[in-house]
Amino acid sequence: MDPMDTSGGRRAGDILRMPVYGPGSSFTDLLKTAAPDHLPATKLDGPIHAPEGTTVLAVRFSDGVIVAGDRRATEGFQIAHRSIEKVFAADDMSAVAIAGAAGPAVEMVRLFQTELEYYEKVEGERLTLEGKANKLSQMIRANLPAAMQGLAVVPLFAGYDEGRRLGRIFKYDITGGRYEEDDYHATGSGGKDARSSLKKRFKEGLTRAECVKVAIEALFDAADEDVGTGGPDLMRGIFPTMVAISGEGSVEIAEDEIKDLFEELIGERRESMLLPDTHAVDVRRAKPEK
Amino acid sequence: MANPYYVSPEQLMKDKADYARKGIARGRSVIVLEYADGIIFIAENPSATLHKVSEIYDRIAFAGVGKFNEFEQLRIGGIRLSEMKGYSYSREDVTAKALANAYSQSLGNIFTAEMKPYECEILVAAVGETSEANELFHILFDGSVSDRQGWVAMGGQADALGAYLKDKYPNKLPALKAAVQLGDDALRNVEARDMPAEHLEVAVLDRNRPRRKFRRLSNQELVTILK
Repeated sequence: MDPMDTSGGRRAGDILRMPVYGPGSSFTDLLKTAAPDHLPATKLDGPIHAPEGTTVLAVRFSDGVIVAGDRRATEGFQIAHRSIEKVFAADDMSAVAIAGAAGPAVEMVRLFQTELEYYEKVEGERLTLEGKANKLSQMIRANLPAAMQGLAVVPLFAGYDEGRRLGRIFKYDITGGRYEEDDYHATGSGGKDARSSLKKRFKEGLTRAECVKVAIEALFDAADEDVGTGGPDLMRGIFPTMVAISGEGSVEIAEDEIKDLFEELIGERRESMLLPDTHAVDVRRAKPEK
Repeated sequence: MANPYYVSPEQLMKDKADYARKGIARGRSVIVLEYADGIIFIAENPSATLHKVSEIYDRIAFAGVGKFNEFEQLRIGGIRLSEMKGYSYSREDVTAKALANAYSQSLGNIFTAEMKPYECEILVAAVGETSEANELFHILFDGSVSDRQGWVAMGGQADALGAYLKDKYPNKLPALKAAVQLGDDALRNVEARDMPAEHLEVAVLDRNRPRRKFRRLSNQELVTILK
C-alpha cells in the first residue's frame, strides 16, 4: 500500500493540494472525487431483505424539540436486534431518527453527520436548519434506486432553528420529498399508532418534562399495537432513547429518567386497565354473590 | 538550443528559503502554549472572520502564519484528510502525527519542485488525555517538522516572542487565565504597542470538553480575563 495513503482512498498529498473550491464545503463531493467507492451503494440488483428499524418520533415543546425512538430492528417476523440506536445527534443543534432499512440508514446518518461537521469547519459557521433539512433530502433522493430494491430509508429530522428560535420537525418520503410538520410526527411501522397517541396528548407549550412523558406514552402505545415496535424491555433493561434539542444544544435524556417514566406509565396503565370489574370478559360473567 | 543558466542547488534552495522567510516575517504572530487543561492558541488578528487558528478534528487544531490563502488551503486540506480518514476507519484513527507527516511531505514537495515556495508556517496540535500526551508539531515552509513542548511562537516576531516565552513560561502548567495573560503580555511586549482584546484571536483545545475539544474564547471572555 502507498505509505502516503492515510485517507483510505486517494493519496494524502493529492487531498492536501486539492483546490479549496474543488470539492468545496460538501463532504459528499469530496468523496466523489477522492474515494467514490466510499459512497453509499445505490445500484443494486433484485430485492434485498435486510433488518429494518421501526418506530421513531419527534415532538415540539416550548423551548425546542424532542426526538425519540424504540430499540427494535426486525427482519421479517424475526427480531434482528434488540438494542439498536435509532436517534442520532446530527450536530449540536439537530438530530435525525431513522426508520427503514437499518444498514443504509445508519450509513446515511454517518455521512450526514460528517457532512454537517465538515461544512461547519470549512466554512467557519453552521448550516441553517433549513440547509441541513435540504441536504438530508438530497441524500434520501440519492438512495431512491436502493429504495426501489427494498432498502428504503425514511428518516425524521428535527432541530432547533437558531434564527427563528424554535424547534422544527421535517419528515421525508422515499423520493426525498421534504415536508415540515407543525407540532409532532412519527414514522416507521408503529408510526401511525404513535401519531394517534401524540394527537391526543400534544398541546401547545409543553414543558420539556411534559414532552418527554408524551413521547414515552406514544412509544408505549406504538409498541402496544405494532409487533415491529419494541416496548421497554424490563427484563434486559433496554429502553427507548431520546434526545432533547433547545437553544442550548442537544442533550441525551438519561436512561434512568426514561426508565422511571416508563415504570410510572406502566403503573398507571395497570391500575386503569386491569381492575377485575372493568374487564370486558368479567362483565359478561356472573359476579359471585357476596 | 540555448542552455539555461546554471544555478547551484545550494543557491537555489537558499534563495527560496530567504523568499519564504521574508514572506512569513511580514505577517503577524501566533503563540501556542500548553496550559493546565490542554493547549491554548493566542494570535494577534484584527479580523474576526479570517482565522489563524481553527479546528481540524476532535482533538486536533491548526494554526497558521504567513500568507493567508496558502495556509488556508493547508487548513482545508487537513480537514479533508482527517474527515476522510475518520469516515473510512474510525474517529480514533485520526492522529496529529499522520496529519503532520502529510503536511510535511506536501510542503517539502512544494518547496523543492515548485517555482515559489509557500510563505507560511503551520502548527498541528493535539490535546491528550494527560498533558504528557499532548502533541505539538511545528512545520516549516520547506516541510521540516519539529516536535515541540511547552510553548511555540511563529510568525513575524517568532524570535522575540520565543525569547520572551523562554524566560517567562512557568515550570508548572499555567491555568487558562494565566496562560491568556502570558500570551497577551508576550505579544504586547514584543510588538510594543497597545492591543485591544478584539484584536486577539484566542482558542483552546480543552480536554475536559466532550468529543470536540476545540473552542474559541469570545471577546467578552477575553475582556474579563485581561481586566
